[in-house]
Amino acid sequence: MAISYDKIPNNVDLNSNRKLQKALEAWQPSFLDWWQDMGPEGFQQDDIYLRTAVSVEANGWANFGYVKMPDYRWGIFLTPPEKDRKIGFGDNAEMDVWNQVPGEFRKELRRIIVTQCDTEPASVEQQRLLGKCAPSLYDMRNLFQVNVEEGRHLWAMVHILHEFFGRDGREEAEEMLFRRSGNPDSPRILDAFNKPIEDWLAFFCFTMFTDRDGKYQLGALAESGFDPLARATKFMLTEEAHHLFVGETGVGRVIKRTTEILNEDPHGDVKKHGGIPLDIIQKYINEWYSASLDLFGGEDSSNAANYFGAGLKGRFQEMNPKRFTEHSALEGCYELDWVEEGQMGSHEIPMRRAMNLVLRDAYREDCLKSLARWNKVMEKAGRDERFYLPSQRFNRGIGVYAKQSFDPHGELMDDKTYWSKHVDWLPTHEDLDYVKSLMVSVNEPGKFAGWIAPPAKGLNGQPVDFEYVKFHG
Amino acid sequence: MEATAPAPEVICFETHPDRYKHLKIEVDGPVARILIDIQENEGLRPGYALKLNSYDLSVDIELADAVQRLRFEHPEVGAVIVTSGQEGVFSSGANIFMLGASTHAHKVNFCKFTNETRVSIEDATANSGQVYIAALNGVASGGGYELPQACEEIYLVDDRRSAVSLPEIPYLGVLPGTGGLTRLVDKRHVRRDIADVFVTLAEGVKGKRAVQWGLVDNVFPTSKFKESVEARALEVANGGKPDRKGVQLEALKPTEGEDRLDYQHVSMEISEDGRTATLQITVPDDVPQMPVTASDLGSAWFPLRAFRELDDALLRLRLNYPLVGLILFKTRGNAASMVAFDEQLDQHADDWFVNEVRLFIKRTLKRVDYMAKSMFAIVDEGSCFVGTLYELVLAADRSFMLEEDGVTFQMTNMNQGAYPMGNGLSRMQTRFVWDQEMANELAANRDQIDADEANDLGLITVAADDIDWDDEVRLAIEERVSLSPDSLTGMEASIRFGGPETLETKIFGRLTAWQNWIFQRPNAVGPKGALSLYGRPESPEFDFNRT
Repeated sequence: MAISYDKIPNNVDLNSNRKLQKALEAWQPSFLDWWQDMGPEGFQQDDIYLRTAVSVEANGWANFGYVKMPDYRWGIFLTPPEKDRKIGFGDNAEMDVWNQVPGEFRKELRRIIVTQCDTEPASVEQQRLLGKCAPSLYDMRNLFQVNVEEGRHLWAMVHILHEFFGRDGREEAEEMLFRRSGNPDSPRILDAFNKPIEDWLAFFCFTMFTDRDGKYQLGALAESGFDPLARATKFMLTEEAHHLFVGETGVGRVIKRTTEILNEDPHGDVKKHGGIPLDIIQKYINEWYSASLDLFGGEDSSNAANYFGAGLKGRFQEMNPKRFTEHSALEGCYELDWVEEGQMGSHEIPMRRAMNLVLRDAYREDCLKSLARWNKVMEKAGRDERFYLPSQRFNRGIGVYAKQSFDPHGELMDDKTYWSKHVDWLPTHEDLDYVKSLMVSVNEPGKFAGWIAPPAKGLNGQPVDFEYVKFHG
Repeated sequence: MEATAPAPEVICFETHPDRYKHLKIEVDGPVARILIDIQENEGLRPGYALKLNSYDLSVDIELADAVQRLRFEHPEVGAVIVTSGQEGVFSSGANIFMLGASTHAHKVNFCKFTNETRVSIEDATANSGQVYIAALNGVASGGGYELPQACEEIYLVDDRRSAVSLPEIPYLGVLPGTGGLTRLVDKRHVRRDIADVFVTLAEGVKGKRAVQWGLVDNVFPTSKFKESVEARALEVANGGKPDRKGVQLEALKPTEGEDRLDYQHVSMEISEDGRTATLQITVPDDVPQMPVTASDLGSAWFPLRAFRELDDALLRLRLNYPLVGLILFKTRGNAASMVAFDEQLDQHADDWFVNEVRLFIKRTLKRVDYMAKSMFAIVDEGSCFVGTLYELVLAADRSFMLEEDGVTFQMTNMNQGAYPMGNGLSRMQTRFVWDQEMANELAANRDQIDADEANDLGLITVAADDIDWDDEVRLAIEERVSLSPDSLTGMEASIRFGGPETLETKIFGRLTAWQNWIFQRPNAVGPKGALSLYGRPESPEFDFNRT
């Protein structure tokens, strides 16, 4: 089947770009097959009220209307180039940005792009069963919006592979559609993207914490000296904001509903009224926040130093003078405590090698702002309990704290104490089963499941009871 | 910190007997003589004196030229005597002060070039009917004994004084670097324990014992030395080949531009960043008829001229362009002409001149194999990688071919073993070393092969269409030149020569591995190293830890 390139929104001159056409001829049909197989299960023929990016203009990136997901117009957009842009940091600072992959850094760029790219389809796969137990049409629509945009982000990264990495790039792009989240034989690259998301609180935590890692990774790549990557990721960031919104407000609405129940029931028995108890919410936060920290990689990382030194991956908002005025990062160290020979002790990591940490710190600050808003909900409801972010040492699988026993406050403890207490800190099977038991599909416009409060307002100026999904099944 | 050292003075490899400073060629009917009489103060660079017939690269350039010209210009000669023009000394080898003052890269390239000349002497003996006889009319030490080892026969004057020796280990803490050790055991069949004694014996061996140990073939007293050697040479020459008419090797005289060099058929272009050189060979349209006497083709005949130009360019690249890490081979021109040239090379192999040209091409292609630079062959639009020129694709570390109508290459009979590598195999046999039958079958293919087929057959590395072409090639080039040059040199030398070891692969392999290692070690070149302290009052101090 010939592809009509007119139907693919883009600002990369697809109509006359033979290289991209050649690559897409093989890839686009495979992508559609993948979407049918691995996209949201059971809703492919329904009309969803989605936004579609049709241009990079202020009014072009968010066009709302009913679309069947397989007909979604996945497009290719790069933020327009900045004239005479220079590399902003590292050893190649002040040089002209690269508009081609510099051969010297081909392997590094390939690794960065492939790793980022792989997370996009992975999250669609992780979330494919959630539509069937959506707590409302509003939420279902948000899920699908996130899914199609993860699909578009896949397109954005695949475009970079197709346009700049030749044959290797086409092969890597194919691999994106062959790997499967959680498949033992061909898993997704990063561990966090291999566990299924089976309930909606997990989905909200994923979009809150894991997608927020994505925001910081994309932000760091938006500083890249490889200009096409910088421009692609910059545009992806505009869409990413909605995903974070879904996550933060989703958790916030669960909290709000729980406080309502708590305030109504003199015994405070949340479960009896079908709500999610505050301690389970905190356990989810602990779990998803700590897993997302692992996505930043090791605290002391030579890869991170190489990427920064080469000018491939900067710090978040590297060129914002309020954040950074010095862009070589050759001086100074990052001080961090970790265990050596059984004792916590202070260590110095040369700044470039600590770039993952620097990025993670910015991420943590961002997360704390959401936490503050959730606690505001608690405060408004007259509750004294407060949510917290666990220590960066807690429940880590990667880096200097991996596989060690720290409590959520970061206190080192013996393994035995840890394992006796971890049921208080992380969701137990019982907790997960309970949350799962609440997941029932609510398909009537304006109705919401009993464990979550409605949003303050609808989307795109529409009312909350708008028919965000029209079923044809 | 050699990369930042000032660029070396440009070294030119073209010379002529009229301009020799150190050697003299005498041709006397069937016997020729190369007289070594090295002028102390006429070395390549100031700062050392070439005493006692010690040599530097300038001497070797003359020697290579002399061997070459004797083959082409004096094909009537059947024996060549190599002897000294100085009293009491044949040669004391490579000049130690020159070595001490040279960059590592210069030492390596000097040794490599010397090795190639020695191998070409053996090639002349084996394949051109010019038998080399070393007449050691005085002391021959180090490289001064390795040169005789490259000759077919060695005669030493028995004056109770003149000895042969390889004193590099006891005196300098390095190795005889131009095949001396390998040739002792593999060629001269000196027993390994005797060889062990010999190479640690600084004063060397003279007279009868040198004959007993197999270090020389015979000794003659001073009074009878010259006449005995001459008699032996006449005997070996067996009248020579007086019917052969020599071919003068005309000067190449390339036009030297900034960052480029233009010969008649070959051009060399250095990239802006100085890291890549493009060598392009253009095949002419016209192919001269094969005359009754093939040597009437002269040195303008394309196969000879083009490969002499390529040879000169390769040598310049080695010595004058240390920063160039990657050579791109390209070809242009008329494929039908190249087929015709190859037919001439194939069908007239019995003719001495055509044979000489084939041997010369063989040696030049070996020079390609031994380049310490990466090599990519670029089979693009308008290319002409036919037959002999296809050997460059096989010699390259990787080859890139454009998928496009009309872009093809073609093999000829010249790809079936006419140009063996140092390992004794053809490049095709080396490429498929595990399946010689398949290799031979592939080399028998006479189709015009396009990128798809070439890719299927394993005859190229990458096939790319016009959409991918620029990126594939550019990325490969940029990535290659960003990698560590040392590891690349080691890697390439390790995988270019699949298959059996030969005297030749051992000589070049030992050089690149052992000698280059030793040349970097403090025991040789540290402040207390033996090479550093040679000729000075202090004694060397070794770190006696073995690896």
